[in-house]
Amino acid sequence: MIGKKFLAQMVCHCLDGLPLEACGVLGGVALEGGSAEVRAVYPTGNTASSARLYEVEPRDLLRADRDAEASGTQLVGVYHSHTHTDAKPSPTDIRQAPDPDWHYVLVSFRDVEPSVRSWRIRDGAVEEEPVVLEW
Amino acid sequence: MSVAVRLPAILRPAAGGESTVEAEGATVGEVFEDLIRRHPALKDQLLTGDGDLHRHLNVFLNDDDIRYLGKLDAKVGDDDTLTLMPAVAGGAR
Repeated sequence: MIGKKFLAQMVCHCLDGLPLEACGVLGGVALEGGSAEVRAVYPTGNTASSARLYEVEPRDLLRADRDAEASGTQLVGVYHSHTHTDAKPSPTDIRQAPDPDWHYVLVSFRDVEPSVRSWRIRDGAVEEEPVVLEW
Repeated sequence: MSVAVRLPAILRPAAGGESTVEAEGATVGEVFEDLIRRHPALKDQLLTGDGDLHRHLNVFLNDDDIRYLGKLDAKVGDDDTLTLMPAVAGGAR
């Protein structure tokens, strides 16, 4: 579940990053049933500086983690953009997914309209989950 | 030296579910050795088979990435905090 302000913040950050991939992490709370409510978007640097790879800047990640904890929330996921491909996890995304409890959000600019989809990745198994926009 | 080690959620099950644990040592490497002695299940998550820092792990000594402080040789003192975080990476390739 993501509020419109946070969705806009995430998509705008990804647009700003073009032609390279952009990335960031999501603060929030876990909900019953395995979903999560996003309470903060933390845009981070992409140390890979690439149109095909991303790596969350480690110190930005540390700052986001500390801020989330100070806010009584936690990091619940990561987002990144795919500049030319679908909003689906790539083999690299699946192989490197760091936490089975996280939500993996993809923002695709393959078409003119940005496409936002969310995935769970556990032990190499990928499952899509709905992105619910909170008005 | 006793330092606090903050663990990301993914590593907590290997340390009895704790989010912060104490460990002893004068360097990050010594702290890791003590940490592994106390929580053996952490070993493969922290170090490679050659004893190097796992490349999918970020380790911060207070606010600084230990890659720029001598890695496992970085000196630690009382009241320091080590924060462990997974590297978050991927991409379209």
